[in-house]
Amino acid sequence: MPVFTGSELTCLRGDRLVFTGLDFRLEPGGALVLLGPNGSGKSSLLRVMGGLLRPFRGALRWDGALVADDPDAHRANVQYVGHLDAVKPVLTAAENLAFWAALGGAADPMARARDALNRLGVPQIADVPGRCLSAGQKRRLNLARLLAAPAPLWLLDEPTVALDRAAIALFEGLIAEHRATGGMVALSTHTDIATPGGEELRLDDFTPQTDDEDDGQDDGGQDDDVREDAAP
Amino acid sequence: MNRFLRLVGRDLRLALRQGSDATIAVMFFVLCVVLFPFGVGPEPNILARIAPGVIWVAALLASLLSLERLFQTDYEDGSLELMSLTALPLEAVVLAKTLAHWLVTGLPLIAAAPLLAVLLNMDGAGFGVLVLTLAIGTPILSLIGAIGAALTLGARRGGVLLSLLILPLYIPVLIFGAGAIDAAINGLTPRPHLLLLAGILAAALPLAPWAGAAALRQAVE
Repeated sequence: MPVFTGSELTCLRGDRLVFTGLDFRLEPGGALVLLGPNGSGKSSLLRVMGGLLRPFRGALRWDGALVADDPDAHRANVQYVGHLDAVKPVLTAAENLAFWAALGGAADPMARARDALNRLGVPQIADVPGRCLSAGQKRRLNLARLLAAPAPLWLLDEPTVALDRAAIALFEGLIAEHRATGGMVALSTHTDIATPGGEELRLDDFTPQTDDEDDGQDDGGQDDDVREDAAP
Repeated sequence: MNRFLRLVGRDLRLALRQGSDATIAVMFFVLCVVLFPFGVGPEPNILARIAPGVIWVAALLASLLSLERLFQTDYEDGSLELMSLTALPLEAVVLAKTLAHWLVTGLPLIAAAPLLAVLLNMDGAGFGVLVLTLAIGTPILSLIGAIGAALTLGARRGGVLLSLLILPLYIPVLIFGAGAIDAAINGLTPRPHLLLLAGILAAALPLAPWAGAAALRQAVE
């Protein structure tokens, strides 16, 4: 079973040091809960873990092998749920999901998609076009991707946004099931998601100390600014 | 390969359901060419003389029209970063999306071109070569355009920037494309022009996905 570790990770966004000297270790069945105020780098760390963002310094290792040596192989180990739901308005929910299942290598993507929607408790949206879905339904559809295209490592960036209580409970069950079969989960959250035995990582512990008081210029919301930073 | 075809199929389905991109490109192409007899005057000899160049320039502009949206929607709704996290290499993603773009916008241009050639009173000897040059040339336009679309992703007013970046790169395609038709009409062999055009395609086929993927990696970061 693989072990996923990071050592001495430093993340630089633009010219701002987000976190530095960060270590983590995820074992099969493990869960890592990222905590910290807005702008402390939770989203950035999840993107670094998935290979979407290159760490400024430090190394990620999957089962002892450096991720940087074969980034494409690592990406196939990862299933990422970010702030954006990636739902196409003109495709039905099942079509949207079947595409991701097919990219994940499923033999019968449509059957798999419907099965995943059933398990998330929304079989009725299967034939509804994406533009008619509510925010909560889109989010469930996005989470259904975790089941339709399975991967050993789940990276979840505030996965319960827009979900109702029943859906959160359902989702906690799915996480527990994933961990019971040896999967790993790293998630950031502001609401409490029950992850029994999960390890907590406080990102503000790794925020670099600044001598001058220029912290005021960062008015939070860094998590949401990730894309704007990428734009020239 | 299965994943590659899935992506092509999904993009085609999206294009057909939205319906606008495909028809807009070919409508623009037709309108653009139809304007010339009004501007230049209905003198058959002049129109016949400029027909190859006019059709090719209109084809360049038409293929540019929908390029901006090649990666834009997938970038904005987060699909692109999810695609970069699958077993399908990003180079293959670029190639698949470019192929779908060409099927939707390039093929209708090839079908419409002979009609427009009739409209401009082009010499009959050039018709076969016209279709042939467009068949080799429009995939090049989509491939080069994909690099530009990936580079301008996330930029404000990306569409204008894209035109400025890409149009100069289209010049060789225009020269050899129109040149081949002219050669055929004047009784010369179009073979050298066609070979050079095919050479550009052979170079663009591996290089454009590679360059486009590198640009997308920057954009997703």
